[in-house]
Amino acid sequence: MLGYYFDLALRSLRRNKVLTALMVLAIALGIGASMTTLTVLHVLSGDPLPGRSSTLYYAQIDPRDMSGYLPGKSQPMHQMSWIDGMNLLRAKRAGRQALMTGGLVAVQPHNTMLDPFYEAARYTTADFFTMLGVPFEYGHAWNTSDDEAHARVAVISTALNDKLFGGTDSTGQTLRLSGAAFRIVGVLGNWHPNPHFYDLNRKSYGENEGVYVPLSSSQDVGMHHDGSVTCWGKGGTGINPDHASRCAWLQFWVQLDTPAEAAAYKTFLIHYSEQQKVLGRFQRPPNVQLRDVMQWLDYNQVVPDDVRLQTWLAFGFLLVCLVNTVGLMLAKFMRRAGELGVRRALGASKRSLFAQLLVESGVVGLTGGVGGLLLALLGLWLVRQQPAEYAPLAHLDPAMLLATFLLALGASLLAGLLPAWRACQIAPALQLKMV
Amino acid sequence: MDILPILSTLRLHKVTSLLLILEIALTCAIVCNAMFLIGQQLRHMNLPSGIAEHELVQIQLGYIGNTPDAKAQTQSDVAALQQIPGVKQVGLDRYLPFSLDGSSNTGIKLDPQQHQNTLDAGQYLGQNLLPTLGVRLVAGRNFEPGEYVDFDTAVAALNGGDMKGLPQVMIITRAIAERLWPGQQALGKTLYTDSGIPFRVIGVIAVLARQNNLQQGAQYSTYWPIRMTSADGASYFIRCAPQDREPVLKAAVAKLKQLNPNRVVLKARTYDQARRAYFANDRAMAGILAGVIAALLVVTALGIAGLASFWVGQRRRTIGVRRALGATRRNILHYFQTENFLLATIGIALGMVLAYGINLLLMLHYELPRLPAMYFPVGAIALWLVGQLAVLGPALRAAAVPPVVATRSV
Repeated sequence: MLGYYFDLALRSLRRNKVLTALMVLAIALGIGASMTTLTVLHVLSGDPLPGRSSTLYYAQIDPRDMSGYLPGKSQPMHQMSWIDGMNLLRAKRAGRQALMTGGLVAVQPHNTMLDPFYEAARYTTADFFTMLGVPFEYGHAWNTSDDEAHARVAVISTALNDKLFGGTDSTGQTLRLSGAAFRIVGVLGNWHPNPHFYDLNRKSYGENEGVYVPLSSSQDVGMHHDGSVTCWGKGGTGINPDHASRCAWLQFWVQLDTPAEAAAYKTFLIHYSEQQKVLGRFQRPPNVQLRDVMQWLDYNQVVPDDVRLQTWLAFGFLLVCLVNTVGLMLAKFMRRAGELGVRRALGASKRSLFAQLLVESGVVGLTGGVGGLLLALLGLWLVRQQPAEYAPLAHLDPAMLLATFLLALGASLLAGLLPAWRACQIAPALQLKMV
Repeated sequence: MDILPILSTLRLHKVTSLLLILEIALTCAIVCNAMFLIGQQLRHMNLPSGIAEHELVQIQLGYIGNTPDAKAQTQSDVAALQQIPGVKQVGLDRYLPFSLDGSSNTGIKLDPQQHQNTLDAGQYLGQNLLPTLGVRLVAGRNFEPGEYVDFDTAVAALNGGDMKGLPQVMIITRAIAERLWPGQQALGKTLYTDSGIPFRVIGVIAVLARQNNLQQGAQYSTYWPIRMTSADGASYFIRCAPQDREPVLKAAVAKLKQLNPNRVVLKARTYDQARRAYFANDRAMAGILAGVIAALLVVTALGIAGLASFWVGQRRRTIGVRRALGATRRNILHYFQTENFLLATIGIALGMVLAYGINLLLMLHYELPRLPAMYFPVGAIALWLVGQLAVLGPALRAAAVPPVVATRSV
């Protein structure tokens, strides 16, 4: 029976080619636009570290003076000062912990064919790699004793390894960074966490850093800091913040495997703040936050407002397209009242008539859905040509592919439901009289 | 034209008419808001910077290893840059207005004991900035050489709590002066930074936009007499005639490399390029919104035309009868045009309410002002026009129906 309805649908649609094309186009445009924006939203609000993100926490404390303090409203500082970061690191109250900041290093290649260039870098303590589950293509990370020994060791990204060493195993080689010699101990594997959650100051999306060196060594060499610095009271800074200055410029991440551990760590942060207040370093009452990765991304509102707005806009557009299709489909079905009347008179039940019309609208919807998918691919290609920093990430994944088909099918059935139901309500006798 | 017969006909096609009205209303509401958003983006993109935008180029250098001779190096760099033909002024600063690279900001207070800052302002540091950027002083004077403090000295003084090592004077924009001392002369008055450091105002500039954080007051900028070196992260800014920018940039980069090859050129661009990059997202968004408006109007037009064709086909006999009873072609044409006008008007009226609602919703989630009334008539005219254009074809076809149709069955 379904085959027969399908055949009928095709015949009916072929009779009115322009109109059919119009309905298919409207659905395709609506679905194409919504799927494009929805995919971008999906990619941008994704979990950068699935499986680990719920046990990684970003610690925030508030070492500022009372100026501007609003009890209960003031959020703690976004970053840590050197003194606090070091104190928390030495306290070792979490299973794994990493104190880090972003920077820029001058890379002087061995290969004299290449000019020296600047590369984004991360200065961090050793747990960064184990805590974030960073894969290695060659070699390994450095360890805590390297941090303490101020070892001149470095880890580089695959992209930088390709550029400098043609993709070969470069561990053990010497690399000159900002005028000092570092030994390469590891080359990262394929690792592109997005959003760039562990430091949102440089940018929220995009490639991760090319060079990773121990925080201690980076400070010995005087490598440039790159990122945001917030100073309070009488604190100021040049490119490289002074370790004793009242400036916050480091990020402190901890791994806490259970909620109980997280609660205990938060209590520890409050105790630390109280203790610092007694010592006279802090002035505000303890003001701490401990957010896991997704909470931290949410708090920082990393998904750009423009992207949300575009999604709303696209769904508004889809709604207009759907209303349009409902109107056209209804007009089309009502025009065939005579034919439907004959079928009813010949014994077809309302149900079978309804099924027939739904098959017809389903055909329109599915064709529109396929068109919408093609348009979404085109739309995502267009998004990738945009100047935004998230642009290169806009790709369709299997989940969104499935969502597209469901949306198309749902939308077209929805669009077919009302017209089909209305068309079934006609009285056969009245229609036959008019024929 | 009689409206009543049209209304009674429409009552026969209640659902279809309602759908058409709904489509027009939705389109109208979205188009009004999208146009408003485009207006906002354009206003944002056209914010005045206050500087001679088309006459500036920027060169930023990165050093390899330590730079003990940064001050001497900067002096010889500036001297050499001034020798390049076409160069009018050379200045140093870290960031310019509308900067993607970063910003430097400070809280400003009228009283050092004040708990909350009066305002938050952008901070410009560097030497020879006003002549280089072409910023106009409306009152007071520029800094004198003796008033400048070296950047590293100032940072050390600040961290050490030594007020004498800090600059004592400041130049502010008119926007700040009017906010702090409305209706009064700002020159000679004292303001305080958020940490309570006093500065005497010695000059007021007309317009100078801040680097970013524009929502905190796009025209709140301060200029401090602090001498920078290229190793402090400052860029060289060179002013020259617009047509000289490319050759000057090329010559300047070559000169700087020749003076000290042990550094990397991080940026070499015109200010126009920097400003374009800052507003690139706004431009893209405005383009997307314009595309959505066009697509919506086209889809709606096609929907109207499609439905009108159906109605014309359905009413061929009625039209024939009317023609046979003496209605002219013009009457028939007008009938369909008026019908469309009526539907569009109801849709537009509904759309206005909806547009206002959407605007309220957007205001909750985004920093947007209220939708100005001028967008309503614009949206209405757009939809009336689209409706009339879309219905013209089917209406002409209806007008062409010969009276003889009335005599035929089916």
